[in-house]
Amino acid sequence: MHNKTISELAQGLRDKAFSSVELTQYYLDRIQQFDGDLNSFITVTPELALAQAKAADEQLAAGNATALTGIPLAQKDIFCTDGVRTSCGSKMLDNFIAPYNATVIEKFNSAGSVMLGKTNMDEFAMGSSNETSFYGAVKNPWDLDAVPGGSSGGSAACVAARMAPASTGTDTGGSIRQPAALCGITGLKPTYGRISRYGMIAFASSLDQAGPMTRDARDAAIMLNTMAGFDARDSTCLDKPVPDYTADLDNRLQGLKIGLPKEYFGEGLDSGVATAIDAAIKEYQKLGATVKEISLPNTGLAVPTYYVIAPAECSSNLSRMDGVRFGYRCENPVDLEDLYKRSRGEGFGEEVKRRIMVGTYALSAGYYDAYYLKAQQIRQLISDDFKKAFEEVDVIMGPTTPEPAFNFGEKSEDPVSMYLSDIYTIAANLAGLPGISVPAGVVDGRPAGLQIIGNYFDEARLLNVAHQYQQVTDWHQQGPERYL
Amino acid sequence: MSLEKADVEKIAHLARLQINEQDVPEYTRNLSSILALVEQMSAVDTNGITPMAHPLDIAQRLRADEVTEENQREKFQKIAPATENGLFLVPRVIE
Repeated sequence: MHNKTISELAQGLRDKAFSSVELTQYYLDRIQQFDGDLNSFITVTPELALAQAKAADEQLAAGNATALTGIPLAQKDIFCTDGVRTSCGSKMLDNFIAPYNATVIEKFNSAGSVMLGKTNMDEFAMGSSNETSFYGAVKNPWDLDAVPGGSSGGSAACVAARMAPASTGTDTGGSIRQPAALCGITGLKPTYGRISRYGMIAFASSLDQAGPMTRDARDAAIMLNTMAGFDARDSTCLDKPVPDYTADLDNRLQGLKIGLPKEYFGEGLDSGVATAIDAAIKEYQKLGATVKEISLPNTGLAVPTYYVIAPAECSSNLSRMDGVRFGYRCENPVDLEDLYKRSRGEGFGEEVKRRIMVGTYALSAGYYDAYYLKAQQIRQLISDDFKKAFEEVDVIMGPTTPEPAFNFGEKSEDPVSMYLSDIYTIAANLAGLPGISVPAGVVDGRPAGLQIIGNYFDEARLLNVAHQYQQVTDWHQQGPERYL
Repeated sequence: MSLEKADVEKIAHLARLQINEQDVPEYTRNLSSILALVEQMSAVDTNGITPMAHPLDIAQRLRADEVTEENQREKFQKIAPATENGLFLVPRVIE
């Protein structure tokens, strides 16, 4: 049962092969059995899940089911869930019971899906390995010595270990796509503005975007159908119609023009990953696509630019965590300054404090022009590179990460080396373009991902391109033996 | 760009973050290395390039100045560390 996709499970529910209550209990049992070793959940919500499952069974019986009715899902602990702890992986919000639902959660509730629990993540979404969580690291189900990636490490691990058929993640610099690649699953970051950010705890407001993490492109399309759409409460959410993202999945790829940026295949790329990507490109050629070398000349500036913009925006967003209205408050503050400094100093972890400080510095008087403004100008150049490329090609492909999952502790002592693991994913966030990672191989027991970047609001094509690859390969069906 | 201890202390103050004395050297090292990464930006000619604040081609959406939300103060204050009479309590600010 746990190897079934959402679309297969939905069929099973419709055929009455099992009920949502049975299905939900089945996954809750698997979480109980396996998550002790993996630590992919911060909060499991069995009573809520079973109540939702019961309601879903009633909807199914009445013939009112949607594609997600009765389907158990795991939600990244960055989405506010009314009445349920929403920690964002931080001590700062360990006691925060959200008083409202994020729009994404409301949409899933309306669709009748079931919430198994809130998944573990790097603190405030800042990280690429899920090592910065207040609740401890998440293990990669493929190899317990390896990181699952981050920041959506828990969401990736629980799907790879088949403790949930799918989950949600968020992606600011690669936090859906990179853990999807390291855990051998499919992860989609839509175009900026496609999905509402209301109720999604903000890290970098011009970069953050929610997205599905699933075992295949069809499931990602099904989830996106529910997640996407206009929301008046998010001023950065666009009022664009939501197509049926499953409608174009079976389109043939004859004539598809694929761009391969030469900057993505140079030094620093692991040879095992390079081999997997080359094999994937050949599959696409067999499917009728043509391949062209392109250049994204400002690629090398993506990481430095991001590490000004994202910390600057986070320093602003995290200023609301002040110990006054919610969240962690230090003991016996002597005055207001002490309240702020110790609540924040004690409530935030090291990486978060580092980034707040970098951001504060970059925005401070005397440095704003040299850092923040400069970064925004380079951001324009990076965006322009993509615009030019999309005049010649339909999609851009390359490796999602420079190497497969690294070991715990390998990069956690050196922030900059950790930052460089996002080298291929970051530019899409800066430009606001959609990107998907699909499993493309296994290198010494650890997965490798192929990244496909599309033009603005071209998710239907991205999902089609991913789906066609998954029709002729089976990397997406593989998983760590223990959990199959 | 290499930071000094005094720079780090000033930034921590601006950000209202308490940093322990013994951790200042490590913060100084880490922040300096992040700023060294970021230094690569200065090599690029950005003369005349419009800064890009976000990827959207829109202006801020406006709405009519009408009351549309209900007052849920009690619900939202349930999770506050300290309240009294609908006010959030903090240490004395004004002497």
